[in-house]
Amino acid sequence: MSLSATKFVHPITAPPSTRSSDKPLFSTFFGSNHTKLRFNKPIVAAQRRSSSAASTSSPVVAVSDVVKEKKLKSASNLLITKEEGLVLYEDMILGRFFEDMCAQMYYRGKMFGFVHLYNGQEAVSTGFIKFLKKEDYVVSTYRDHVHALSKGVPAREVMSELFGKATGCCRGQGGSMHMFSKQHNLLGGFAFIGEGIPVATGAAFSSKYRREVLKEPGADEVTLAFFGDGTCNNGQFYECLNMAALWKLPIVFVVENNLWAIGMSHLRATSDPQIWKKGPAFGMPGIHVDGMDVLKVREVAKEAIERARRGEGPTLVECETYRFRGHSLADPDELRDPAEKAHYAGRDPITALKKYLFDNKLASEQELKAIDKKIEELLDEAVEFADESPLPPRSQLLENVFADPKGFGIGPDGKYRCEDPKFTQGTAHV
Amino acid sequence: MATLFQGVGAVTPFSASSSLDSNKLLLPSRKSLSISDSRGSIFVYRSDALNLKAATRKQDLLIPNAVATKGETSTSAKSGHELLLFEALREGLEEEMERDPRVCVMGEDVGHYGGSYKVTKGLAEKYGDLRVLDTPIAENSFTGMGIGAAMTGLRPIVEGMNMGFLLLAFNQISNNCGMLHYTSGGQFTIPIVIRGPGGVGRQLGAEHSQRLESYFQSIPGIQMVACSTPYNAKGLMKAAIRSENPVILFEHVLLYNLKERIPDEEYVLSLEEAEMVRPGEHVTILTYSRMRYHVMQAAKTLVNKGYDPEVIDIRSLKPFDLYTIGCSVKKTHRVLIVEECMRTGGIGASLTAAITENFHDYLDAPIVCLSSQDVPTPYAGTLEEWTVVQPAQIVSAVEQLCQ
Repeated sequence: MSLSATKFVHPITAPPSTRSSDKPLFSTFFGSNHTKLRFNKPIVAAQRRSSSAASTSSPVVAVSDVVKEKKLKSASNLLITKEEGLVLYEDMILGRFFEDMCAQMYYRGKMFGFVHLYNGQEAVSTGFIKFLKKEDYVVSTYRDHVHALSKGVPAREVMSELFGKATGCCRGQGGSMHMFSKQHNLLGGFAFIGEGIPVATGAAFSSKYRREVLKEPGADEVTLAFFGDGTCNNGQFYECLNMAALWKLPIVFVVENNLWAIGMSHLRATSDPQIWKKGPAFGMPGIHVDGMDVLKVREVAKEAIERARRGEGPTLVECETYRFRGHSLADPDELRDPAEKAHYAGRDPITALKKYLFDNKLASEQELKAIDKKIEELLDEAVEFADESPLPPRSQLLENVFADPKGFGIGPDGKYRCEDPKFTQGTAHV
Repeated sequence: MATLFQGVGAVTPFSASSSLDSNKLLLPSRKSLSISDSRGSIFVYRSDALNLKAATRKQDLLIPNAVATKGETSTSAKSGHELLLFEALREGLEEEMERDPRVCVMGEDVGHYGGSYKVTKGLAEKYGDLRVLDTPIAENSFTGMGIGAAMTGLRPIVEGMNMGFLLLAFNQISNNCGMLHYTSGGQFTIPIVIRGPGGVGRQLGAEHSQRLESYFQSIPGIQMVACSTPYNAKGLMKAAIRSENPVILFEHVLLYNLKERIPDEEYVLSLEEAEMVRPGEHVTILTYSRMRYHVMQAAKTLVNKGYDPEVIDIRSLKPFDLYTIGCSVKKTHRVLIVEECMRTGGIGASLTAAITENFHDYLDAPIVCLSSQDVPTPYAGTLEEWTVVQPAQIVSAVEQLCQ
């Protein structure tokens, strides 16, 4: 019932025209395929109503029919294999332990500024990113350490970046809120909310362009844009939902709804707090999923990512999740109700996955403890590496301002400023 | 160091006798403007001809030099081809799109409509709807989309239908365009071109008459250039597209119908260099974009009065070409800056500071900077005329400076 994805359809209802012979100027039509101006049914592939905004989860909240059918057909009724389970566990533990280490290091004075930790939300990052290929793109926000780790950026590089050392993934120039990795296709790390969503839309556009204009075989990269509930009241979000749906871009919009934008409750800021509903308004499926359960997130992620990869367009996924710590390490976190915190602490995604693995005999206690230990050692090594790494020297100051350093211009002596070997130190007059 | 030595053909006003097809150039009514009104016929002084008559209808010949090889002067009338500035922009754009399939355009009405100033006319039919993308009205987001596309391998050109609309994209231009190469530690390049018409037109009202170069000039990581003739429009367009840096190309609403003969062979100009319009001895006049023509008109009067102004079109608004400017200051010892930016915090203000810092010892008089008034551009024609710098003011400023 979904509309044909990549076929360009000539508009059936031509606009009224005063010219008698209407030769269409363009043989293809690149736009909305709605032939009627008003339509009653939203165009959705899967849409589920959530029972309430922040309530207890039902066993299967928002898994689509397609996935349910597949589940019945598979031989076992388990959602994951043992290998997959261990990969998920390790990734979530890495995220959790890394963030805890960040807090420690921050209070010891090794990192500064605004540091936003991801504790409690690991299921969303792991659930989605572990489905991606290396060539797929991830765009995040300032709460980006764990997205970087899930995408494959080595922990030592992220830690080093947080310490502001020259060996960081961004040479120490980005910091906590600006994690980038060309090798792993992590497009940032953005400090202002909503700023990354257009960039993600651009990456998805690039992917579509490469497939359809440059005709590159296999150019089916999907982009994931992660952002929070506060961002969903921002204009860039809506503008990009429109453009992504209009052009059927291969992107998945992942809302990490943790109910709080610093101290602003989602319910106090939003007229209709059900974010998933905003998808169908733009012509894409809107799905609500329990973001504290990595397996449920994974099911939804699989479908959304594969839908995008097939060229059928974007999906809006709202993950109901929670952050166990404050907004940032500077936030005393006094506003949130302790009962709410306790409720979500009881739904810790790592505990939930552990229980699933034990109950279904997919892993033993020792195996998981071994993974814990391995990650602890990895992080100790990462901290050591970051500690021992050098601070950026003065010569690094202006090195990366321009990709082409001729952009610094021509000095009074007639030479390009970049020809002076010391110009990056910032001593040259501009 | 190449300085451009060029005589520019006269402007043909938008009139029935010109070779323009007036029907094709009908602009949407909310932006109807024309160059041909009695107040503003624009003359351009030609450097090596003593043609002091008002040569509005004749098209003078151009010296098509990208490099200052002084051997060639007036070439034969048949070499090169004549076109209007918006056509020159389109030619440059099309050549680059032909050359590199990753070059694409995005903006409002660039595709089927052909661009509100017809810079992209015909390109969508030729290259398809994805390469010449008609966007919804969402400047911040489609500029960000251009940045994301640039980071992931494409070379987009984002058109602001009017530069003023790009104020909505300031977030993306400042935070992402300028910064991402740096905050990613050099991992991602953003070879984007952001272009569009700005400046004071003919009674377009305050919001459509903005000069954004002063707002953007502080953003580290971007380059800004302003074109003023068909020749440099095409050259700068090509250079901007080929550059790995994000470049903002400022065009002017009133200059799109300038006609000039440009070379047939391919040429690319330097983004960082200024253009010597008229060499002289008495005073250095620094200008850019539309004010170049007011300056050249004033120069005609000044020459009659016995002055010898040196006119430089700075072209590169960020960074400044301090070599060309410096050589000129060292020769004339007097500087007049004529710009269309507001008085406060404009390009002229920065240029004054840069010249004072670098060439203070060579100045015989304080730098004079003529800018637009600090006022939202009024609608009334008389008030608008007094907002921008007029040739008479330039003449009296030079006279005062050269006392």
